[in-house]
Amino acid sequence: MDDNTPLLSVRNLTIALPAGGDRRYAVRDISYDVRAGEILCIVGESGSGKSMSANAIMGLLPDYLAPQGGQILLRGTDLLQQDEARLQAMRGKDMAMIFQEPLSALNPLMTVGEQIAEVMRVHNAYPGQARARRVLELLEFVGLPDPATLYHVYPFRLSGGQRQRVMIAMALALEPSLLIADEPTTALDVTTQAQILALIARIQKEKGMGVMFVTHDFGVVAEIAHRVAVMERGELVEQGPAEQILNAPRHPYTRRLIAAVPRRRADADSAADSAPPVLDVRNLSKTYVTGRGWLGQKRIVRAVDDVSFTVRRGQTLGIVGESGSGKSTIGKCLLKLIGINGGQLIFDGQDIAGLSESQFRPLRKDIQMIFQDPFASLNPRHTVGRIISDGPVASGQSRAQAEARARELLGLVGLDASAFDRYPNQFSGGQRQRIGIARALALEPKILVADESVSALDVSVQAQVLQLLHQLQQQLQIALIFITHDLRVAAQVCHAVLVMHQGKVVEYGSPGQIFDQPRHAYTQKLIAAVPGQHWDPPAEPPPEPAI
Amino acid sequence: MKPFLKRYMRNYGAVAGLAVMLVVVAIALAAPLLYPESPWMMVADPLIKPFVDPAYPFGTDMLGRDITAGLVWGARVSLLVGLLSTGVALVFGILVGAVAGYCGGRIDDALMRFTEFFQTIPQLAMAVVLVAVLSPSVYSIMGAIALVSWPPAARLVRSEFMTLKQREFVQAAIVIGQTPSRIVCTQILPNAMSPIIVSASFMVATAILTESSLSFLGLGDRNLMSWGFMIGAARTMIREAWWMSVWPGVAILLTVLAINLIGEGLNDALNPQLRKRGE
Amino acid sequence: MKFLSFFISRLGKALVVVLGVVIINFFMIRLAPGDPAAVLAGQAGAGDPTYVASLRAEFGLDQPLLTQLWLYLKGVFQLDLGFSYRNHVPVLDLILERLPATFLLMSCAFLFSIVFGVLLGVIAARARYSNKRRWIDSSVMTGALLLYATPLFWLSLMGILLFSVLLGWLPAFGMETVGANLAGWARVQDIATHLILPTVTLGCFFMAVYVRLTRASMLEVIGMDFVKTARAKGVSPNRVIRTHVLRNALLPVVTFAGIQLGQMAGGAVLTETVFAWPGIGRLMFDALLQRDYQLLLGIFLVTSVMVVVFNLLTDLLYRLIDPRIAAGAQEASA
Repeated sequence: MDDNTPLLSVRNLTIALPAGGDRRYAVRDISYDVRAGEILCIVGESGSGKSMSANAIMGLLPDYLAPQGGQILLRGTDLLQQDEARLQAMRGKDMAMIFQEPLSALNPLMTVGEQIAEVMRVHNAYPGQARARRVLELLEFVGLPDPATLYHVYPFRLSGGQRQRVMIAMALALEPSLLIADEPTTALDVTTQAQILALIARIQKEKGMGVMFVTHDFGVVAEIAHRVAVMERGELVEQGPAEQILNAPRHPYTRRLIAAVPRRRADADSAADSAPPVLDVRNLSKTYVTGRGWLGQKRIVRAVDDVSFTVRRGQTLGIVGESGSGKSTIGKCLLKLIGINGGQLIFDGQDIAGLSESQFRPLRKDIQMIFQDPFASLNPRHTVGRIISDGPVASGQSRAQAEARARELLGLVGLDASAFDRYPNQFSGGQRQRIGIARALALEPKILVADESVSALDVSVQAQVLQLLHQLQQQLQIALIFITHDLRVAAQVCHAVLVMHQGKVVEYGSPGQIFDQPRHAYTQKLIAAVPGQHWDPPAEPPPEPAI
Repeated sequence: MKPFLKRYMRNYGAVAGLAVMLVVVAIALAAPLLYPESPWMMVADPLIKPFVDPAYPFGTDMLGRDITAGLVWGARVSLLVGLLSTGVALVFGILVGAVAGYCGGRIDDALMRFTEFFQTIPQLAMAVVLVAVLSPSVYSIMGAIALVSWPPAARLVRSEFMTLKQREFVQAAIVIGQTPSRIVCTQILPNAMSPIIVSASFMVATAILTESSLSFLGLGDRNLMSWGFMIGAARTMIREAWWMSVWPGVAILLTVLAINLIGEGLNDALNPQLRKRGE
Repeated sequence: MKFLSFFISRLGKALVVVLGVVIINFFMIRLAPGDPAAVLAGQAGAGDPTYVASLRAEFGLDQPLLTQLWLYLKGVFQLDLGFSYRNHVPVLDLILERLPATFLLMSCAFLFSIVFGVLLGVIAARARYSNKRRWIDSSVMTGALLLYATPLFWLSLMGILLFSVLLGWLPAFGMETVGANLAGWARVQDIATHLILPTVTLGCFFMAVYVRLTRASMLEVIGMDFVKTARAKGVSPNRVIRTHVLRNALLPVVTFAGIQLGQMAGGAVLTETVFAWPGIGRLMFDALLQRDYQLLLGIFLVTSVMVVVFNLLTDLLYRLIDPRIAAGAQEASA
């Protein structure tokens, strides 16, 4: 085969959406190539259709999404023209796919070994003893410990990262020439993600496979891509070599996206250190005890272990960590949504840790929270106006006063005044987060806790919300505690960063110091795992010339 | 309200069910007008076949009682018992479920043991024993049915409350300083109502079936003509007068079917986002 | 060892339920209007003053409530469930004599309902999933809907009307042909013919429940991520259903089966009454007619114990087939 012929060629692929969708086509007239020995990253925000072509290649689209035009040529064979039996024979053998959610991607009632062996079984490969041997070989190849025991283990015993490795082993079993990865690391921790990305890069190099990697994260693109294709609302707006797309993007949408990638601020305010402290946390502890009744063994989990820090007026403190680090638990403790097992929370000179719920309630207006999930943090049956004014009403203001304030706040957060009478389901994710911010601000709090408040948002929307928070903090001089797993975001918005690992604080410092000179071993590991370290996203594009 | 009605109307079965129920309710309400004499009165020759005499469209039983009158008056009993016993069961179930779901911890454990106990006991056997011991009357029947049907309602309400309590908008309500009672009433309950309403409709259907079973076994209220009783009385005459057992059964079947269809229609209309491809 | 501790804790719970039923029985007698001794004597025995007096002494009805409770519990745990005046035998003997017939009927109906229910549910789900021959799915679901709305005792009567009265294919009542005195294989056949109609009518209602449950469970599982993974591996649709979907979809059915047993026990009362099947359900009906309360409560207790035992067995079965439960289901984090 000619080395210049691409392994996979998608030509003018069009997939229509059923009537009533937000646009007519899921993807329209898109074309791209994947070459053997190369990684192509398809980047886009949610709703861009980036996963569509991946599913279309494998023939895994649901019935109501049939390709309407175009070709998908895998080594010359048009996959769209093949019947189901032929496609079935090719799946797993010539082309393989790994998915986003490792925790639900494996059959819970079959052992790991059985599931990997199944690929070979359905294609009648490696008969007899060779099959078990091949499974063990694969488990070792993807870096899983003790393959012989792992063969007989059920998936629920493995972590997300381990399950993703099993998925990769399944995909590689028959050495397909094309590997499609649909956001495989999005649901994983940063350090695990780094390992999986390294694994995929290694495999691709060793086996000379063509890899199509779908993602929304430009850091990942910078880390592994050879070529990049950018999608917006079903159209492919730009594609080319990675260096060109990342450093000199041409299409306005690509430039906007890259400009929205969070980056370290050059002008981190250090003056904030002299501001008066608002909240003083000392030796905070929270332990969970799980165990079964009178016949089971108890497990003690120290979710938060002897944590101390100070938050000052007008300052943003970032709390970063991976899942299980305790960062979200700290947030819940500060808001007294869960009980505290030890330590003090000195707020305005008073220790609020020991207060009962009814004693604390009058003080609640000073500490507010912005939640993570824009789709679950607003009561679907209340109007926006009611949602925002409920807080002041609960603290004693009259309904009329509260509603007037609510209208003011809508303007402050950049929403139209008509939003007052509408319901949450009429707004987008970014707009709902603004409503959440307005709700929190309605009580004029001194401290705002943002618990992963931008994690569920697309990168461009995220940039806008971060900008809004920055603005509001400057204006109102609120102390902000920003809890996140995304180190880039923390670097952009925070004055000081607290790094958490397994319930303990391992390091504290300014973003510059944490990123450039991490002291603790875990921090070093964490920083090294951030994908695309070497890439410096280009600065804000110059304003568009007036047309 | 309007989008809900539109969604409901799209389901032909649900619309049919609603139509049938309206007819049944109309008949039940009009019973004293249509047949002012008690259905227990012997009004004609015994064992007249159905569709023979226009005055007795569904025939008469072995004592000369008008079967059509029995069907019409029976509708009242079924609906009355079905609705009232479900109402009582719901009130109790919602109370238990809400407290268990919201409070959690030991209170939840204790209430759940209590609920599980009532759920494990065989329901019809319990109802039979209770009505027998308390002497059959419409009140003991309603009480017995309520007693055996509240556990599933409690479990449903509990699981709804537990899920909703963890939702971020409820946590937000706590954070902005609302009191627990306000949170339960304005935040949690309105969002829990949809599954409760759907469940309630199915409970009414089950209650009607249970009432007819009890009446069939001879545990019905002696003063009220019930469809189940009519079938029970017809048992010995099955060879000679098949129509005595067929019509009341068809009546029960149509009523319960209609309610089930309404329930499913409500479910689809109230939870449109849950309608996956497979439903 | 873990299984043993699981078993013991479940057994403990079961015993608590049984104890609860016994206590309920105790209070039922006192709830009834009138003199508890007369209630215990039943309609037949109430006319015999010496019998009533002996009951008063035996149950300690003149003594404080707690002593009465203690006497009652003692009696039950010594397997003394009382005496049926009308039938002149201890209640327990009467129940044990009739228990096998009910057991036979319930087991057959249970098997019938599960086997056909799951089968039809799987067929309906497959038809819906593959989007070919959707009429199969619609007709199965409509049939289930109709059966679900039909009163059990009426279905039995209609069964008799059709198959006995009109067509004459099957016998209308009893477990064996009266006066035939058959033995061996001929007897088994006779019982089997009598068993068909009661089994099918009792089983049909619950079959409808299993059809709906299985179909819903299968369609839910089909939508899950690991099914997509299997398809991406090149697994054929048949194998996907058989190996991946079915096992996972049947888990809720197993749980449900335990709960349904309680309802089926009640249903047995109705079926046995209609078919004059000589089981404890029929016995309960007779006890109702005769106002024989000791017998009635004894049957209630035995039925409850049966259901509790079945629930225990399904709990254990569920634990065996789902590896996550056995391990205490500690989900690892990402």
